[in-house]
Amino acid sequence: MLTDRDRIFTNLYGEYDWTLKGARARGDWDGTAELIARGREWLVEEIKASGLRGRGGAGFPTGLKWSFMPKESDGRPAYLVVNADEGEPGTCKDRDMMRWDPHKLIEGCLLACAAIGAGAAYIYVRGEFFNEARHLQHAIDEAYEAGLIGRNACGSGVDCDVFLHRGAGAYICGEETALIESLEGKKGQPRLKPPFPAMAGLYGCPTTVNNVETIAVAPSILRRGAAWFSGFGRNNNTGTKVFCISGHVNRPCNVEEAMSIPMKELIEKHAGGVRGGWDNLKAVIPGGSSTPILPKSICDEVLMDFDALRDVQSGLGTAAVIVMDRSTDVVRAIARLARFYAHESCGQCTPCREGTGWMMRVMERMASGRARVEEIDMLLDVSKEIEGHTICAHGDGSAWPIQGLIRHFRHEMEERILSYRNRAMAA
Amino acid sequence: MNGRGAAGIFAFTADNLKAANAILAKYPDGRQQSAVMPLLDLAQRQLGWTSPAVIEYVADFLGLPAIRVWEVVSFYTMYYREPVGKYRLHICTTTPCWLRGSDEVVRACKEKTGLDFGETDENGLFTLLEVECLGACVNAPVLQINDDYYEDLDADRTAALLDALAEGRPPTTGTQAERLNSAPEGGKTTLLESDARC
Repeated sequence: MLTDRDRIFTNLYGEYDWTLKGARARGDWDGTAELIARGREWLVEEIKASGLRGRGGAGFPTGLKWSFMPKESDGRPAYLVVNADEGEPGTCKDRDMMRWDPHKLIEGCLLACAAIGAGAAYIYVRGEFFNEARHLQHAIDEAYEAGLIGRNACGSGVDCDVFLHRGAGAYICGEETALIESLEGKKGQPRLKPPFPAMAGLYGCPTTVNNVETIAVAPSILRRGAAWFSGFGRNNNTGTKVFCISGHVNRPCNVEEAMSIPMKELIEKHAGGVRGGWDNLKAVIPGGSSTPILPKSICDEVLMDFDALRDVQSGLGTAAVIVMDRSTDVVRAIARLARFYAHESCGQCTPCREGTGWMMRVMERMASGRARVEEIDMLLDVSKEIEGHTICAHGDGSAWPIQGLIRHFRHEMEERILSYRNRAMAA
Repeated sequence: MNGRGAAGIFAFTADNLKAANAILAKYPDGRQQSAVMPLLDLAQRQLGWTSPAVIEYVADFLGLPAIRVWEVVSFYTMYYREPVGKYRLHICTTTPCWLRGSDEVVRACKEKTGLDFGETDENGLFTLLEVECLGACVNAPVLQINDDYYEDLDADRTAALLDALAEGRPPTTGTQAERLNSAPEGGKTTLLESDARC
């Protein structure tokens, strides 16, 4: 069980002063220059040893990503880009970090820049987070004023600028190369990879893109040690994690817990349990809208980590747990997500542009029952034609929720169709 | 509202010109195109919407062909391409909000304003808009009014919000329930140790 002493985000709920004074009292910006003095290699190795995996959804090992950056500059500058375009339905953790603990993110930017040899960080905040961006900008201004960032940041000899850039309403900009395009002042349409951002990212320069939480936990890991962080969770799934628990629970909330906590324990301990009790549970989307839905029988036992959720054909994603009780029309819940993905497709790749719209229309008919049973298999086939056939993962993300629905709730889709047909024949 | 409905001409005010130059300074030399989104945001805040004149002006300001700015404006959802009301009601209806009753919020907004999605009333007070996930899902359902989030809504709370706005009483932003931001209602389950945390 995680104790308060081991929680990183001690102002997650905004009870205390979020400005520099409060942040310092909570331990931020303590000995930052000494950490930087240990050198670039140490920083990367320590993050590697901590087992930290990216907190934005894909779970790529952070230290390894940092190690891809060129060791020697060829004359081009290098950049850190922080993905704060939080928008995966169910997810609202980065928001709390930016509005209540912005200095953790800014200190993390400095340490990450030192680790990857970057001279500047751009934090791309979703446009709707206007007030969150205001807090963050205020904290950036404070950090400059105090000499913590900018020229000779913290007296470390490292120069590091931190800039905030606001988006303007496009989920796709959470995809790292779309985010880079958007930051360059263009439509947010993903780029083909390779080249990967570490070779040619922002302005064609070496770039690392990391999620807010990934960067914000880095200072605590470096101060307290890799072994401390890797002591939580299972092997390959280490650390603490901020979970977002929404939907049909008694008390929805964000909470920081140890990785690999059982889903049932997470929901019962922190979110007041499922509305009507655990036996009233129907299904859970465990890691944000893109991760396939799980029926209660799996939720009873499953652990909240990357590998455990992958093993049940879903994923940890952003650790946004969307709970649905037995009153839920799961077909309609997923149909609404299909509409989301159709709305947010950037239109660049045909399978996604056409496919998400087609799936939305079929799912709308499935939700009302105006479909044929054979169309369920057709829907599954088409989803597999979209998955893996697009430049970015938006196509995959649109296919997985529907595949999960068919895998676990096909009977409900069939019953819906049959009852519609029976009603139509009676009328 | 300044410039409402007219294509007209647009130019930054002196203050906004200063702000625009501060924005430009964030990006490396030769990379001023990066400023297109923040400049459009600044212009929209000045005029109230992103008119064709705004687009031409921002393009000129950055030395870009106007089409480069047009395609940005049409790609992102936060640029209003026609005049909007004083209060823009952005209702989230994506699944996490829907599970918590966003249908009720939609109904309350439609009843109170008499508007459908995409419409503005004739007094220019309210514009009703349906939006995708606003990223505040543990405080669902959520309504964003201009720059502010209003959270943990139901029909009555939504109606009360709109009444307050119509009467010129600015409502309290954030959660409309008895809770602390994203902490569980009824009390925290973590961060309870008393030596915490200033």
